[in-house]
Amino acid sequence: METSRPRLRFVKTDNPPVWVRPLIPVLALVVTFILTSGLIIWASASPFETYYHFLISPLTTRVSALEILVKATPLMLTGAAVTFAFAAGYYNIGAEGQLFAGAIAAAGLGVAMKEIPAVITIPSIVIAGFAAGMAWAAIPALLKVKLQVDEVVTTLLLNSVMGFIVSALLNGPWRDPNSGWPQSPEIGASAIFFKLIPRSRLNLGFVIGLLVILVLWFVLTRTSFGLKMRAVGLGKPAARFAGIHVGRTTLIAALVSGGIAGIAGVAEVAGIQYHLIGDLSAGYGYTGIIIATLGSLNAVGVFIASLFFGLVDAGAQTVSRVLGVPVYLGEITQATMLLVALGFFLLQRYRLRRM
Amino acid sequence: MEIFLVNLIGATLRVSTPILLAAIGETYAERAGVLNLGIEGTMFFGAFIGFFAADKSGSLWLGFLVAVLSGVVFGLLMALLTVTLGVNQHVSGLGITMLCTGLSLFAFRLNYGGRSIPPSIESFPQLAPFKNIPWLNTLTEQYLFTYITFLVIVPLAWWLLYRTSFGLKIRSVGENPEAADAAGVNVFAVRYAALAIGGGLMAAGGAFLSLAQLGAFTHGIIAGRGWVAIAIVIFGNWNPVRAMWGALIFGGTSALQLRLQTMGLQLPIPYETFLALPYIVTIIALVLAGRNASYPAALLKPYRRE
Repeated sequence: METSRPRLRFVKTDNPPVWVRPLIPVLALVVTFILTSGLIIWASASPFETYYHFLISPLTTRVSALEILVKATPLMLTGAAVTFAFAAGYYNIGAEGQLFAGAIAAAGLGVAMKEIPAVITIPSIVIAGFAAGMAWAAIPALLKVKLQVDEVVTTLLLNSVMGFIVSALLNGPWRDPNSGWPQSPEIGASAIFFKLIPRSRLNLGFVIGLLVILVLWFVLTRTSFGLKMRAVGLGKPAARFAGIHVGRTTLIAALVSGGIAGIAGVAEVAGIQYHLIGDLSAGYGYTGIIIATLGSLNAVGVFIASLFFGLVDAGAQTVSRVLGVPVYLGEITQATMLLVALGFFLLQRYRLRRM
Repeated sequence: MEIFLVNLIGATLRVSTPILLAAIGETYAERAGVLNLGIEGTMFFGAFIGFFAADKSGSLWLGFLVAVLSGVVFGLLMALLTVTLGVNQHVSGLGITMLCTGLSLFAFRLNYGGRSIPPSIESFPQLAPFKNIPWLNTLTEQYLFTYITFLVIVPLAWWLLYRTSFGLKIRSVGENPEAADAAGVNVFAVRYAALAIGGGLMAAGGAFLSLAQLGAFTHGIIAGRGWVAIAIVIFGNWNPVRAMWGALIFGGTSALQLRLQTMGLQLPIPYETFLALPYIVTIIALVLAGRNASYPAALLKPYRRE
């Protein structure tokens, strides 16, 4: 056996140096772009030009910069929704379905409450969307708490079921009578989220998103319920031993998570589309899981990650329009960044030592 | 009525094939202690790359091979993340699903544009060993892959898992990795192998859809079948033979809803009810079977040698 040669080994360390943490997202970004540049070259575009349009040009004009906030809105909400559940150790992968539950409520009430003033209509559809998302989330949550059925599988399957419900509505009773398209009738003017800035798509939904992030921060860090949730998330037996009602805590976290996802659906219907359509969500419920993870399950992190992913979404559209690189580059970038960042998060806990 | 039934059973075998392949793949991953939520994306990528390779090379078999290899690669990527790095399994799996979906759609758009009618290829032919006996022919006129899946893969997967030392290693690293390690089993290598085999099977399931059943690639080609497969794994209590029964229940419900739709019954409920039925039946089956499910003890837990 060789003994004297010094070897480099990874050693676990409990307190990584402070400068490492902010470095991770930057490093992850660089590695992601190196990894995806092959695809860009395959699409006969120049990587540098693509990255310029991807990350810089959306920031250069007022309209496109506001569009980043528009794209970030549903992600803030689904990211907050997922964080709420994951923090309590409940793996809600069903934000996508819950989003559509909220959207159905908004599209239905938005038409039904046409004659009622906005001061009543808007709060009503937000509350209804929250309730609808909660109701749809209640199925897997109750199955989990009462019958110990794995929530990951049920929430995933219920996303598919919700897809069929939306399709049944749009091909049946809600098919637009004027155009015949599979979209619900337009909601009344009183249900439409007002614009924050004229001649942009930025609307009340963004403010609601900010409020939800704020509430998330407050609940997680400043309330005893937040403490209970995180205790359950860290370990159910220990939490139970500490006298926490694990079932009830899980149930509440799951329901609130579904409700927040429902609001994301409301914001897309009342703020952007004004109809229920099958393509309402570009997988926002699933992207929310990435956002929550990259945001390390805390409110500030979720906010920053949403803004960045809003930029990637807006940038992917610019790249597709200007350079003809398929818009799916956005999804690839987001997924790659998640996987790379996960690796780096872990590596920060290790240091290279000479043994 | 007999014709309807025979027809239904034949269709059930066909519809169950891709889900069963994926479910066996997931069984291997989970038995080794890793929940692979990359299943949906791995199936999707398998469906795409199989179609793409077959279309460009003109060889269906080459397409199938490429698909299986792609599944192995994504299985190994999952292993790198969850076994070597010990990252959260839910998030890594979903990340791989998103990555696979994005990559497939990106490459599809680049090569086939945004055309409204999906491009198609001449798919694998169905075998008809009993051409002269009509009812038996309805039952047995199946793709080669359906025969292989039910007659070879299922028994082989069971035998490998329960009757070989490799299977024992897989089960031991998913049940008690510390003990397995102490007994000289290389926990990391076994988990890598299980995820690679699993990924290959998942992608094979996807490729079955694009190369045999449909002869085309569409955006909705997998449509949650991967998630169904995960439910079937739990329903089957992590046993390939029992997973087969789960896949047949889902396949049977799917085949039934297709038959009911084509019969053109005028029912007061939307046809989407039938489409959703297999998913709802799967959830109910999970509720009924899941109560005494015995999860592999080390599932979701990364193994660290201290």
